[in-house]
Amino acid sequence: MPKFVLLATDLALFFQMLVLVLYVRHALRTPLLRQSWRYVQRDGAAMSAALVLVVFLLIALLDSVHFRPRLPPAPDAAPAAEIAYSTRTLSVLDVLLTGPREAREKTYSTPLATHQFSKESIQREGVTVRDFPRLQYGGRHLEQPQEQWGGDVLRRSVNGLGSGLLVVVLGAALLVLSQSQRSGQAFMLAALDLLQGRSALPWRAIGVTLTVLLLLAAWVAALWPYYHVMGTDQTGNDVLFVCLKSVRTAVVIGSLATIATIPLALLFGILAGYFKGWVDDGIQYAYTVLSSIPSVLLISAFVLMIQVFIDKNPQWFETGLERADIRLFLLATILGLTGWAQLARLLRAETLKLGELDYVQAARAFGVSHAGIMRRHLLPNVTHIIVIVAVLDFSGLVLYEAVLSYVGVGVDPNTQSFGTMINSARNEMSRDPVIWWTLSTAFAFMVALVLSMTLFASAVREAFDPRARAYRVRPAGASTLPS
Amino acid sequence: MLNYIIRRVLYGLLILIGVNLLTFILFFAVNTPDDMARINIGGKRVSADAIAKWKTQRGYDKPLLFNEQAQGVEKLSKTLFVERSLPLFALQFGASDTGRDIGYELRQRALPSLALALPTFLLGVFVVVVVSLIMVFFRNTYVEFWSVAFAVFLLSVSGLFYIIAGQFLFSTVLKLVPASGFAGGLDMVVFLLLPVAIGIVSRMGGEALFYRTMFLEEIGKDYVRTARSKGLSESVVLFRHVLGNALLPILTSTVAVLPLLFMGALIMESFFGIPGLGSFTIDAINGQDFAVVRAMVFLGSALYILGLVLTDISYTLADPRVRLA
Repeated sequence: MPKFVLLATDLALFFQMLVLVLYVRHALRTPLLRQSWRYVQRDGAAMSAALVLVVFLLIALLDSVHFRPRLPPAPDAAPAAEIAYSTRTLSVLDVLLTGPREAREKTYSTPLATHQFSKESIQREGVTVRDFPRLQYGGRHLEQPQEQWGGDVLRRSVNGLGSGLLVVVLGAALLVLSQSQRSGQAFMLAALDLLQGRSALPWRAIGVTLTVLLLLAAWVAALWPYYHVMGTDQTGNDVLFVCLKSVRTAVVIGSLATIATIPLALLFGILAGYFKGWVDDGIQYAYTVLSSIPSVLLISAFVLMIQVFIDKNPQWFETGLERADIRLFLLATILGLTGWAQLARLLRAETLKLGELDYVQAARAFGVSHAGIMRRHLLPNVTHIIVIVAVLDFSGLVLYEAVLSYVGVGVDPNTQSFGTMINSARNEMSRDPVIWWTLSTAFAFMVALVLSMTLFASAVREAFDPRARAYRVRPAGASTLPS
Repeated sequence: MLNYIIRRVLYGLLILIGVNLLTFILFFAVNTPDDMARINIGGKRVSADAIAKWKTQRGYDKPLLFNEQAQGVEKLSKTLFVERSLPLFALQFGASDTGRDIGYELRQRALPSLALALPTFLLGVFVVVVVSLIMVFFRNTYVEFWSVAFAVFLLSVSGLFYIIAGQFLFSTVLKLVPASGFAGGLDMVVFLLLPVAIGIVSRMGGEALFYRTMFLEEIGKDYVRTARSKGLSESVVLFRHVLGNALLPILTSTVAVLPLLFMGALIMESFFGIPGLGSFTIDAINGQDFAVVRAMVFLGSALYILGLVLTDISYTLADPRVRLA
């Protein structure tokens, strides 16, 4: 058995999954919540976005199960000797992607390259020449890379895309079959209905997204064992692999920081709105102080403090990974602690409004305690604000991480993140010939993540705040959107 | 009115004191002057003598909040907190940890910062208002659909991408403008063109969507229906009636942001090598120069509070229905 390692952010991420599961259970049992979420379900863009988000979340979760593998026993060791564990901590994702992780080149190489990006002195038939050396891993199965490369890449791409397409067609056929079974329609009619978007769930949009994702995955799966699909970075790491590892950092920052704002904002927002008077004054004072400090400076102040703290107490952290992880954890917490002011302000306003309503007055007249009123009558009626703000904040935080990493107060330099990737890309873009693949891969991943979250968030907002539905675009002649 | 303003300013001062206490605790309680001395002297030869000498030189040799050796009121006043915080209120920033005069640096750098921030902000508001009005004008058509979709896409791209891609496209490939740098006088226009344009584009997605919802809300009001029913064309209704009424909240919200423009744009300035307050701050963070960071925190909060007070005043001036309570 390997030795499992539970990092602080792993724990936080699993805890959030638990909260999410509990919320889903609660939502399924509450008719009103179920109705709101059904609105999101009927929105094609939101469901496609949710699909992409689930993929990202799966990657992040796979990357959050950490362990230290068991080392093979020394040949002359006694059978009862203590089991030795590797000093390197791996995650399940690392193990799944062992090939690309270990295929480390010397330095830059272009996507799908067989040769290094820069020239080097190499020995060829006893003479030293400056040329582009062969890559150690990328395309090493080719005997004559110049002649075979194009054909090989094409053949493998077609194979990959073809098998992907096969899966897509099979899946689509199964879907149509199940739909036609359920509605009792003929197979072709059911297919036509789905193609024209006539279904309770937006199967057409989900299908298109799934097709794109599957084709991409199949193409990468066909080529990755033989080439660096998106090239390698300065230290020779596979760019696609680094990007996949960065997903976890982004997800942790986005979700953990959002979760961290909720307790403080909820407590202070409801207290201020319910008790009014000096409690309100005091809480308003506190969040005005916090929000008057420029956020980057406040966060840097906190992060510099953390850095000093970590440097002073190196004995607390066994490995470099743990040290980097605690910094990520604290960074997300700080983002939450400094960001509660806005949510608290919204919750305070809503509580002020609710406190004047008859049912709260009635509860007060019946002698329900303050805590009881806040818990039973106010809290359930402000949760929709929390849900809206939580999904809206996520994408902003992912983008913010990149900025903070650039300022130098983001994640640990050894933690793979989109911010650190963009930072290094700054110098790469000014080289000639330009190194474009690191930036574009990070760009694609980040846009996919943030865009999906934004689309999902806007549907959630419309579901929980009916006024927001008025701002929806309804182009004339377009298929009628869910109402 | 005067009474109201005085009360707001006093409240602002109270908040500033809170900010100061918070930053003081943040900076000094965790990172004591001894630690600062160790970082600044550096190397292995950090002796107790060297630390004491560094602290006396920089004036860090007093207790943090309470001086037991002093007499009477001096028990409270001969402390680092009072000595380091009070001068800030008189805008005396003192010297940075590396020995430079912070006040002088601030005066030198305010102008370049403003030269970048002000055009970005004003042009940005103009462009965004125009774009969102066009969106509203073409509402419920495919023009609106695709422009909203495009705005959502713009919103989802990190600001850093705009900068890196913009520099690459316009400076490296097309060679239209210099990649970075700054010059005084009229020459600065060349250096500012690209950062200003990028600044506007990177803000456009989110703000265009925001202004769009604001205009849409305005368009549902009664006076708009009246204007339409008396036969005015849609463009007159939109550009004269709706814009005129929506301009009020736009202007008052800009008042809140105007003072903060002095702080400069952190990322823009350091990417484009503009010697403003933003790059000053970034250098201070990277160099762990706490004196400068504290000064910038103070300045930033003071300007933010100034913005709040100005917003309150401009609301009462612009809308007589708002009563001073």
